[in-house]
Amino acid sequence: MARNREGLVLLIDVGPAMHSVLPDVEKACSLLLQKKLIYNKYDEVGIVVFGTEETGNELAREIGGYEHVKVLRNIRVVDEVVAEHVKQLPRGTVAGDFLDAVIVGMDMLIKMYSGGQKGKKRMCLITNAACPTKDPFEGTKDDQVSTIATKMAAEGIKMESIVMRSNLIGDAHEKVIEENDHLLNLFSSNAIAKTVNVESPLSLLGSLKTRRVAPVTLFRGDLEINPTMKIKVWVYKKVAEERLPTLQLYSDKAPPTDKFAKHEVKIDYDYKVTAESTQVIAPEERVKGFRYGPQVIPISPDEIETLKFKTDKGMKLLGFTEASNILRHYYMKDVNIVVPDPSKEKSVLAVSAIAREMKETNKVAIVRCVWRNGQGNVVVGVLTPNVSERNDTPDSFYFNVLPFAEDVREFPFPSFNKLPSSWKPDEQQQAVADNLVKMLDLAPSAKEEVLLPDLTPNPVLQRFYEYLELKSRSTDAALPPMDETFKRIMEQDPELSSNNKSIMDAFRASFEVKENPKLKKASKRLLRDKPSGSDDEDNRMITYDANENKIDVVGDVNPIQDFEAMISRRDNHDWATKAITQMKNRIVKLVENCTDEGDKALECVLALRKGCVLEQEPKQFNEFLNHLFELCQERKLSHFLKHFTSKKITLIPKSEAPDSDVVDENAGDYFTVKPEPMLES
Amino acid sequence: MELDPDDVFRDEDEDPENDFFQEKEASKEFVVYLIDASPKMFSSTCHSEEEDKQESHFHIAVSCIAQSLKSHIINRSNDEIAICFFNTREKKNLQDLNGVYVFNVPERECIDRPTARLIKEFDLIEESFDKDIGSQTGIVSDSRENSLYSALWVAQALLRKGSSKTADKRMFLFTNEDDPFGNMRISVKEDMTRTTLQRAKDAQDLGISIELLPLSQPDKQFNITLFYKDLIGLNSDELTEFMPSVGQKLEDMKDQLKKRVLAKRIAKRITFMICDGLSIELNGYALLRPAIPGSITWLDSTTNLPVKVERSYICTDTGAIMQGPIQRIQPYKNQNVMFTVEELSQVKKVSTGHLRLLGFKPLNCLKDYHNLKPSTFLYPSDKEVIGSTRAFIALHRSMIQLQRFAVAFCGGTTPPRLVALVAQEEIESDGGQVEPPGINMIYLPYANDIRDVEELHSKPGVAAPRPSDDQLKKASALMRRLELKDFSVCQFANPALQRHYAMLQAIALDENELRETRDETLPDEEGMNRPAVVKAIEQFKQSIYGDDPDEESDTGAKDKSRKRKAGNADDVKYDYIELAKTGKLKDLTVVELKTYLTANNLPVGGKKEVLINRILTHIGK
Repeated sequence: MARNREGLVLLIDVGPAMHSVLPDVEKACSLLLQKKLIYNKYDEVGIVVFGTEETGNELAREIGGYEHVKVLRNIRVVDEVVAEHVKQLPRGTVAGDFLDAVIVGMDMLIKMYSGGQKGKKRMCLITNAACPTKDPFEGTKDDQVSTIATKMAAEGIKMESIVMRSNLIGDAHEKVIEENDHLLNLFSSNAIAKTVNVESPLSLLGSLKTRRVAPVTLFRGDLEINPTMKIKVWVYKKVAEERLPTLQLYSDKAPPTDKFAKHEVKIDYDYKVTAESTQVIAPEERVKGFRYGPQVIPISPDEIETLKFKTDKGMKLLGFTEASNILRHYYMKDVNIVVPDPSKEKSVLAVSAIAREMKETNKVAIVRCVWRNGQGNVVVGVLTPNVSERNDTPDSFYFNVLPFAEDVREFPFPSFNKLPSSWKPDEQQQAVADNLVKMLDLAPSAKEEVLLPDLTPNPVLQRFYEYLELKSRSTDAALPPMDETFKRIMEQDPELSSNNKSIMDAFRASFEVKENPKLKKASKRLLRDKPSGSDDEDNRMITYDANENKIDVVGDVNPIQDFEAMISRRDNHDWATKAITQMKNRIVKLVENCTDEGDKALECVLALRKGCVLEQEPKQFNEFLNHLFELCQERKLSHFLKHFTSKKITLIPKSEAPDSDVVDENAGDYFTVKPEPMLES
Repeated sequence: MELDPDDVFRDEDEDPENDFFQEKEASKEFVVYLIDASPKMFSSTCHSEEEDKQESHFHIAVSCIAQSLKSHIINRSNDEIAICFFNTREKKNLQDLNGVYVFNVPERECIDRPTARLIKEFDLIEESFDKDIGSQTGIVSDSRENSLYSALWVAQALLRKGSSKTADKRMFLFTNEDDPFGNMRISVKEDMTRTTLQRAKDAQDLGISIELLPLSQPDKQFNITLFYKDLIGLNSDELTEFMPSVGQKLEDMKDQLKKRVLAKRIAKRITFMICDGLSIELNGYALLRPAIPGSITWLDSTTNLPVKVERSYICTDTGAIMQGPIQRIQPYKNQNVMFTVEELSQVKKVSTGHLRLLGFKPLNCLKDYHNLKPSTFLYPSDKEVIGSTRAFIALHRSMIQLQRFAVAFCGGTTPPRLVALVAQEEIESDGGQVEPPGINMIYLPYANDIRDVEELHSKPGVAAPRPSDDQLKKASALMRRLELKDFSVCQFANPALQRHYAMLQAIALDENELRETRDETLPDEEGMNRPAVVKAIEQFKQSIYGDDPDEESDTGAKDKSRKRKAGNADDVKYDYIELAKTGKLKDLTVVELKTYLTANNLPVGGKKEVLINRILTHIGK
């Protein structure tokens, strides 16, 4: 195995307690493998499940024991099959022992990569760690774990444990859980192992680092306090945006018979003085021009080279300042981390002393950095302390870029105090807002914090890889709807909202907003294109499968909303028909019981009409409208008929739905011609 | 710099098509510099501290304007300016008034955007002034000539250009004559004073502001009360403060930071959904974005005409030019999975473009590494949704009060992200707004954007070295000594950018030397060399490195590994010398050869033969 490759063993708990989250585990693992197929296709992967009825591992065969641990796949280079494999994990029947699984996984890695093979070895344990582990033959569990961990450290095997703790039943297991947590902790202190506790499927998806990026230092050199005191440091990126893979351009111009076609596309740049001229200038005949007043001043590369700002590589300390002096929003870029050179113990100490003292006194350091020689610019940034909680991790600094004087755009904004009092909240409103800010709490305690960036997966990437997988199987696969799990980052947690319903209601009631009536229609942006009467259209995520709305009946409280939600459900075409039928019934009822609800009925008719146009079901509406017309006449509901006329509700003509039998001129005919229904068919 | 700075620094938030939303504020300035050119301006001098010589008032005024123009052309090159002397021998103005000379260069209207040529020729004005324009007192009591009156008239006429709604109009008046009508007969004086003041008032009524930059004699201060306080309309309170502030004003004009000033505009308009059924309207502003040196226009190097770039996509198989959107492929599972551009944009569109409130967290949950790009500033607007401001202020106050921030989901065309909404209180100093009140939207990374570098540097089971109390104390002393006084973010000018502007100016104006730009980002050497500071650093160094003069001494892993390798060399019981003698070195493996080389601090590169030769040479010594 080459140095930059990884051998990974997934250890997945499939015991009964895990069944509810296994679909998410499958998702997370398949994403991991998909990315390996794209970015690290020489990585090798093995899969072990535990908690299965059967047993199937080498250790069991060789020395016995290790029951209910099954090797689904031995360590091999990633391939299409393995990505499929993790999508259909078996559902186990017994409570699994994660320690057994860890030993089996470690054994696989050691056997596979013995003999000083380079490369990274990693195990990833996904479990709820809620089932008891077996006592070892000799010694205590602690001893056993320490031995395993030491062995892991010696073999250079890293371990990542993802502990799913959302669906624990009762407190009977408390002891077991406590013990297991303790054991997992032991791993962390004796080997490169970390444990992440996740509480929701969302953070489960986020907790698995699906993309392996080889860490590269941005800078290795001195952090200069002054010319006599230098600390050796390395700088890495701490945060870097993971993007979609760069897709290649594809040309379909080659004839299909050409077996050797590369289908590649080359991008060509032509430089011309005028658009019409055919004369092309060679790239080296161009010169950069910069605006100076109304003119453009050419500056030759030589001039730029001799006159440009020149820098020397290095990090220089400018001084310290109060942390409160650096407002958080001044951070300009993704974040770097400044770590002491691991081989220089004194530098580790120096960084640690400064970092700890900075944390203690709430200070930060201002530094000037040039990462590479000849870099065109310097950066001024702030070092903030990153004091490690783990005993075996050296302290370090975070580095954030600060803006230069030129980067600030000083636009004044009116002071809130100077705004008219009608724009400001009164005491009661302020209290309501306080309450909302207090109660809509995402971090009741440090442990219970949700939506941690560190555990939140990227919905776009998730969706892209899912789509890629679907497309690889069928070229014209439709874009999958947004995964239900991701609703948690796009919308308020319904549980949190419903727990705080009274607060939310109070907030809504205290802060009424309305559309500015003075604005011209055309410039209205916020509230335009809203369907009739539906106030929360904006709140619905458009790409969700309407499934999530779970609306399968047109109720009588919000018939229009229900109808719109139902008709837009795409999981089954029947919903549209059902919605239309139910809406018709609702309208008939409204009309029949009509007292002063004529308006509501009318609105429903309008909504139905709109829906039928959208669904291209003109017949359904036209027949119904005629039917309704007759009904009104029968029951002598003349005021309702008047409404119809005044609102100019018409049949759906051909121009709106090609399937319609009604020509445009006749669209209004149903109420002008009296007794006989005009259109049958 | 091979990269196109425009690309490197491009502002993702800003949608160029959004110009529509540009706020209707004065986005342009029209300025007339009125310079007194009376003989008195030439005869009075001031001592210049910089060059240690006497400078005439005229020189001070002219060089101040020249400096100001050089900043202006970069900072606000759309502004229009005019330069106008009064008390001149020659006259040149549309009104054909005596004693007023509007300075201009070809290819430019009298009031227009500054050009390189204007600046260049204005730089040389002192040499040619006497010949071309000449100085001559223009206020003559007998002839009723009043050059000050005429100058104001000409300036006002120049400033007739442009609507006062969209532009700021200003006159800067440089003079050292505090009593222009002092030696007139009393009746004439009264008359001239009255008409001149009326002229100034007329101009002010048209929305033109007049700023006076008086120059004092060394022995006699400019007496503002004699005449000019009425002209610029100072009340008694402002009067006392006016003269002391003059020096600063001149300095400010000269020493402007070269910084492109951008019009305030809304980068994006946001619907903020607080809860179901309650959405408010916000505007997003890009208040902090890396400044760029201005866009690059590629020119033909022989003709200096702008070059147009044409991009074409060519199919490598057939050589045909591809039209329209091109499909993309991702190799995956031994096949090329194809995507249309439309499909890709659909993938990215996971939500509506709204900002959706998810909840609140205490401020300490926002870590220093939770950052990806510059923040966006949010300010409410009641333009479309009445009540937005009220709800916004309420949340803003609550968040500040409770020290919490909001977590929200920001959808839209740019990749959707979780964001932290951090309320910022207004901060004012010296009557200016340092921080506007509002909410800063900080873009948060996703799990996969965050890298666990710390883990890489952990040695399991091996405690990392931690400082002793003494070391901490020394660090603390060091930090106190190195405290930056009055540090404020963005106090530094970007040295590369300033250098770029200096280069541009030098080349545009054919200047022989590059204007010195100071790199403010370098450590304050003087401060660092103060004995107390040096001592604090020395003590900290001592506490960490001990008496070991060689601070570079390796004591960590790398050293160990080297030692281990050296140790290995001892372990391996090959007698290299014996092997070398018998010519059996070639029987060893490369690894074994390298062990010897490492142990003896020799380079380990090269082929086996090279290694053997290196060992032989070494043994031979």
